[in-house]
Amino acid sequence: MKVSNVLPWVIFASVNTLVAVWMAGVSHTWFPPEASVEAELIDNLFALLVFLGTFIFLGITGVLVFSVLTGLTSRFDTSDGPPIEGDLTLEIVWTAIPIALVIVIAGYSYWIYDQMSIQGPMEIVHMHMPGMESAYAAPMDGKGEPVEAIDVNAKQWAWSFHYPNADITSSELHLPVNHRVRLALHSEDVIHGFYVPAFRLKQDIIPNKNINFEFTPTREGKYRLKDSQFSGTYFAVMQTHVVVESPEKYSEWLSKTGDRALVPAANEAYEEYTQRSKKGFKPGWATIPPEPPPMVNEG
Amino acid sequence: MTNISVESLSIPEEKPQSQPPEWRRYFSFSTDHKVIGIQYLVTSFTFFLVGGFLAMIVRAELITPESDLVSRPLYNSLYTMHGTVMLFLWMFPSLVGLANYLVPLRIGARDMAFPKLNAVAFWMVPVFGVLLLSSYFLPNGTAQSGWWSYPPVSLQNPSGSWLSGQFIWILAVAISGVSSIMGAVNFVATIFTMRAPGMTFFRMPVYVWTVLSAQLIQLTALPALTAGAVMLLLDLVAGTSFFDPERGGNPVLFQHFFWFYSHPAVYVMALPVFGVFSEILPVYSRKPLFGYKVVAISSLLIAGVGTLVWVHHMYASGTPGWMRMFAMVTSMCVAVPTGIKIFAWTATVWRGKIRLQTPMLFSLGAIVMFLFAGITGVMLAAVPFDIHVNNTYFVVGHFHYIVYGTLTMGLFAAIYHWFPKMTGRMYNEGLGIVHFILAFVGANLNFFPMHPLGLQGMVRRISSYDPEYAFWNVIASLGGFLLGISTLPFILNIVGSWVQGEKAPDNPWRAIGLEWLVSSPPPVENFEELPIVVSGPYGYGLNKPLVGNEAALKPH
Repeated sequence: MKVSNVLPWVIFASVNTLVAVWMAGVSHTWFPPEASVEAELIDNLFALLVFLGTFIFLGITGVLVFSVLTGLTSRFDTSDGPPIEGDLTLEIVWTAIPIALVIVIAGYSYWIYDQMSIQGPMEIVHMHMPGMESAYAAPMDGKGEPVEAIDVNAKQWAWSFHYPNADITSSELHLPVNHRVRLALHSEDVIHGFYVPAFRLKQDIIPNKNINFEFTPTREGKYRLKDSQFSGTYFAVMQTHVVVESPEKYSEWLSKTGDRALVPAANEAYEEYTQRSKKGFKPGWATIPPEPPPMVNEG
Repeated sequence: MTNISVESLSIPEEKPQSQPPEWRRYFSFSTDHKVIGIQYLVTSFTFFLVGGFLAMIVRAELITPESDLVSRPLYNSLYTMHGTVMLFLWMFPSLVGLANYLVPLRIGARDMAFPKLNAVAFWMVPVFGVLLLSSYFLPNGTAQSGWWSYPPVSLQNPSGSWLSGQFIWILAVAISGVSSIMGAVNFVATIFTMRAPGMTFFRMPVYVWTVLSAQLIQLTALPALTAGAVMLLLDLVAGTSFFDPERGGNPVLFQHFFWFYSHPAVYVMALPVFGVFSEILPVYSRKPLFGYKVVAISSLLIAGVGTLVWVHHMYASGTPGWMRMFAMVTSMCVAVPTGIKIFAWTATVWRGKIRLQTPMLFSLGAIVMFLFAGITGVMLAAVPFDIHVNNTYFVVGHFHYIVYGTLTMGLFAAIYHWFPKMTGRMYNEGLGIVHFILAFVGANLNFFPMHPLGLQGMVRRISSYDPEYAFWNVIASLGGFLLGISTLPFILNIVGSWVQGEKAPDNPWRAIGLEWLVSSPPPVENFEELPIVVSGPYGYGLNKPLVGNEAALKPH
């Protein structure tokens, strides 16, 4: 092959590579703040996917646009293009490259998922199998870090969080920064989803099923916690906050909250249902009434 | 059936005087596959307008962060019915309609294998369509649990009556499933047994290969959804406990039944459109399809691998890690045969003599949007990233690039391309180009913003959202309204051209294919004498005849 044949391809590929590298770099800014160990891992995986995706998108679109612009022919011209029916080498190459990419992406994703070790639903665990519960209840993780165990309760349409050691219940999830957290996810009625965009983590909560979920918050602040699995009429307002704070502030919050009386939590779904004064067109269809707000130590 | 002697077919002298006018055949129980094909296309397009109208109300609600246009139950109804109508009453029936019109013509048959079954399958579509929409007149409205109808939400029945919107919904989906299975049996039988002499498998156009692959998926995977739907119906009205956790059922089991069909269903819809691209690009590039055999086989590969990927919809559900990893690998494998197709299309256009007429514009636009959707699809297959964007607008954006950007745009390409054959009239090129521009700009404005929204963590199916998501939502809504407007030049073009368009010759595009060797529109039973096929389907620039008896195909 002559240099003049190869050179345009080299330039094209180099420009694509540069744009793809740039896109991968800025892809980190498309997310909410990176507030957990897992978020960092996932954002790096996404940057790789953006790099490969940009390169492939620009490559194929570029060739298509170039072909169209250089090949444009009047509709009254009756000539045909070169009758090329295929090219075995080319076809082998463009089968092998995607296979290689799939191996790279799947391997890297597996490695990231392994590092996250978020637990999630394990094999189907029989609730009464002796010995299983104690394995989950271990207060230390592999690295000897203290693990904070918290119960998450979801119902239509409210979140509540029970801290078994301090025996308190809260409508917001407070977490100590840089500590491994283990949540036990429970639902009283339908499937809900535990989702904190700043942590990049999500797990459906299945009624009658105990699901453990682990992660490590790394950045102090207040983040949104949402229901991510459609749970009925007031699904959109089933939101609360995660407050990540320093260990000192966290234990201060625990002891302060323990002194407070149990009162019904403020709840948007319940308010909206009982007030019934919202704007908009209402056909008057019956709906599942919200559960009474959970009792929390916020009096 | 195909060997009826020529004499018995054409006796125009004896035609009774009371022959009904041409247009009335389209409102009758016709068994002509071409009439049924057009019946499917027109019926499904009507439902497309209904589904689009519902989507525009959804986008109008989402143009502001507060829930202020419709009540929350009504919003949930709107998005549920939008999805259901668009899939079961637009995508499936329109593609079945196109295949009904084209498959017998393209393999050189006089009709489908079972013409009456074909007509029955079609007439079920308006029946379940009207049934589904009638649930808006129930005192407590339609189904509101999304087109997935996941239990336990779908089993919660605030009306207390067995005649609920959810009941109607399941019934309609079940009838749709029966109609689809009837169609699938018919297509598979037709393609296997009714090909013209000389039409070997490797002389079949890729479009026929893709229809065959898609209909084989229907036969293997659809029973899982039908079984799941029956069990859900029993849980809802008969008090059984297959999925209801309160009574010991397993709601995740339903998700497996549902996605075991509903993911392959995406390929049922996508494969025929890939077939359309493979037909249109050679015609308007004046080049043979690059790597014909591999492209044909890759359709079967997609169909095969596609039955092993359903868990990728359930990465955040009650699925153990090993199952997530397995589905990740299988899902990514789909990219290989799909990539082969995209590369082959690109190589077909490369150095071609390009005519940028409306079908080519729609095909190229659709391929670019499909490329984008394919890339975000591989991203979604990667478990760790999906854990973040699962059930967010990133997914909604991804699949709208497929269902609108690729499939609906590809279907428009097909309708324009075969419009002269179907109606005997030419469409208006100027209006076609206006339609393309509005649809392409509208689709990208509408669906691109969903990706940044999903990355930012905006969950799907919500009627109110945090104010930080407002910017991209406003753009998406404007794009949605533009998409609504884009259908106007299409309707004007199709109706106007059908009534008084320029008369179309037999083969206005100088395309290769059996359908282009007969008149526009083709006569009842298509071929005077069955074609004898002597070469492959994409001989552009090769100057080889397609059939050995071209002159005998048309009546003299």
